[in-house]
Amino acid sequence: MKKFSLILAVVMLLSLILSACAPAATPTAAPEVKKKACEVTDTGGIDDKSFNATAWKGAQLAQSELGWEAKYLESKEVADYEKNINAFIEEKCDLIITVGFLLGDATKAAAEANPDIKFSIVDFSYDPPIPNVVGQVFATDEAAFLAGYLAAGMTKTGKVGTFGGLPIPTVTIFMDGFTRGVKYYNSVKGTNVEVLGYDLADPTKGLFTNSFDDQQKGKEFGTTLMDEGADIIMPVAGPVGLGTASAVKERGNAMIIGVDSDWFLTASEYADITLTSVLKNMDSTTLAVAKSINDGTFKGGTNVTGTLASGGVGLAPYHNFDSKVPAELKAEIDALKADIISGKIKLADIK
Amino acid sequence: MLDELNNPPAVHHASGWRRTGRVLLVPALAVFTGLVIGAIFIIITSEEVYAGFGQSFGAGLAAVWDTIIKAYGAMFAGALGDPVRIVEAIRGGNALEIRRAINPILESLVNATPYIFAGLAVALGFRSGLFNIGVEGQLFVGAAAATYVGFAIKGLPAVIHMPLAFLAGAVGGGLWGFIPGWLKAKTGGHEVINTIMMNWISFRLTEWLLTGPMTRPGSGGMPISPVIEKSAEIPQFFPSPIRLHLGFFIALAFAYLVHWLLFKTTWGFNLRTVGANPYAARYAGINITSNIIIAMTLSGALAGLAGATQILAVNRSMAIGLSAGAGFDSIALALLGNSTPIGVVFASLLFGALRNGATRMELLQIPNDIVSIIQALILAFVAAPAIIRTIYRIRVPKEAEEAVFVGGSWGGGK
Repeated sequence: MKKFSLILAVVMLLSLILSACAPAATPTAAPEVKKKACEVTDTGGIDDKSFNATAWKGAQLAQSELGWEAKYLESKEVADYEKNINAFIEEKCDLIITVGFLLGDATKAAAEANPDIKFSIVDFSYDPPIPNVVGQVFATDEAAFLAGYLAAGMTKTGKVGTFGGLPIPTVTIFMDGFTRGVKYYNSVKGTNVEVLGYDLADPTKGLFTNSFDDQQKGKEFGTTLMDEGADIIMPVAGPVGLGTASAVKERGNAMIIGVDSDWFLTASEYADITLTSVLKNMDSTTLAVAKSINDGTFKGGTNVTGTLASGGVGLAPYHNFDSKVPAELKAEIDALKADIISGKIKLADIK
Repeated sequence: MLDELNNPPAVHHASGWRRTGRVLLVPALAVFTGLVIGAIFIIITSEEVYAGFGQSFGAGLAAVWDTIIKAYGAMFAGALGDPVRIVEAIRGGNALEIRRAINPILESLVNATPYIFAGLAVALGFRSGLFNIGVEGQLFVGAAAATYVGFAIKGLPAVIHMPLAFLAGAVGGGLWGFIPGWLKAKTGGHEVINTIMMNWISFRLTEWLLTGPMTRPGSGGMPISPVIEKSAEIPQFFPSPIRLHLGFFIALAFAYLVHWLLFKTTWGFNLRTVGANPYAARYAGINITSNIIIAMTLSGALAGLAGATQILAVNRSMAIGLSAGAGFDSIALALLGNSTPIGVVFASLLFGALRNGATRMELLQIPNDIVSIIQALILAFVAAPAIIRTIYRIRVPKEAEEAVFVGGSWGGGK
């Protein structure tokens, strides 16, 4: 034990000496100044496998592709939002990325107090806009539309299903696009494929788990939808959907459509039943904002909208189902995508 | 003064300062040891260190020292401020730069504020032989109550509205403490179990409130409340980025109030007697039932104030993710402060500074969870002083240590 005290004493002494030396040891030559992309997460943390993580991927892309420096601060509680944003303002970040609706208040306050700092908020936009904030919003319905068309073409029972976590706009937009995709298929092919779990006329009448973390509920909802005859299900409730996937896997004669990220990769245990995924590429929009700062086209008070055209939303590859999706259907979906991009097909017209 | 606070009723064996030194010795060494072991975690999670050892042993060692100095240097600068920067800022005369330079230490006080309230809540329970594990839940209910009064009532002058919202926090938390207190007193249901259960009810209740009756209009049902009225705000003293607010001083006042209640009133004496030995208390004619209920209610009320202050002074609206476990950390704080109000205040200042310093550390890509590890280590060493005594070869003091928190609760005190 005496040894331990001795070691401690030596450790202390050395650290004192070294800390005294530290300033002299640092090179005085001015380092190359890199632009900084700085992300403040919400309380989900940097590795939430959802929007915090995807936005961080975007910041890292800015690092690897544009030669920026990416930094993040995790918020442990609401009071950290303002504190973390302030820390980044002091760091003189070139772009401060805040993630999600819950950071809306703190971002607004900081942006208004620091008009010369550039902000971008993921999955949110301000009305009225703030001159130094770029909102990142997503035309998720465009990608979900393709998924709906695909589902209608692949179903054997003539019924497909969906449900959401909460009836909030960022969720219902998936269900809305999906339903319109099915309806479009019906109108083109003269079929009568039915969508369970969503009603275009009244979104609040859809199926909602009221939870983004209860996988058991996801399982129950999946089982109910399959009992009612759906053989393709798109759960829009974050990890709750994994419960649905497990129910589908047990039953063995249905498929799921993932959301946000490519579930074939991120939920690989369900790769065999994942028909495709509706992608919300928050990394690409984050990178786009960084690029706009690089080439001087950053325009605050506007939104960057992730669309099929910009690659901000999209349909994941079919992976294991590649051979099972008819070539004709694939071609139709590719054509559909082109038509949406060109504006030939307008989603709002499909009822 | 400190001596008196730490050991009010006991007979003074040693001279004041020596006694104080002895009381502070173990916590101080616990903090130091926690930092040393925390450094090991910083080293083994640092990529630079591995890269250094990949080059050569010497480079590795250099990287080890470099990493530790940088990490803890950032932590201290983040928690207390960088003196060089403060001097330069004052010389430069730029108001914003001065505010930024002195902000770290003031921000540590802001971080410490909910800890003080929550720590007092636990300490009050310990003193009366009760383990209040429900501080986190009481904090949430108190916050919800304060938020509701803060946004729903309009048109009141600030002198009435702010205290009213603050009081609502105490009432909400107090109610959440009263229930397990009542259950303990009337049915013998153990408060540890019941407060843990009440935590879960509180979390789900506030989530439901925030997505339902208390949700912000136009948010589409997001779990966030409307912003409270200006008149309900607890004022901050300086412009951005300094967030120091009146709530910190209110917390200090409450620390004094709790001290006074516990150690200067008959009621406090009764309560401590119940905590120290319920059988003797009953024999002496003290009403154990009412003391337990009152103690749990007051403990809950203090916890509720932790939440209320955070809402009214800092967040200005309630959303999910209100607290990162201040209610659970507060158990550690009460232990660290030996369940004395002054001890809780100092422990809270320490934890607030650590948490605040973590932000600067994180900017160097060191995960802020390291600070949670350090906090846990400090707690472990304080809770098991034998470890510290063995490491540093300290004799056990002659007079038995006051171990307030084992005062009969676990044995089923009633």
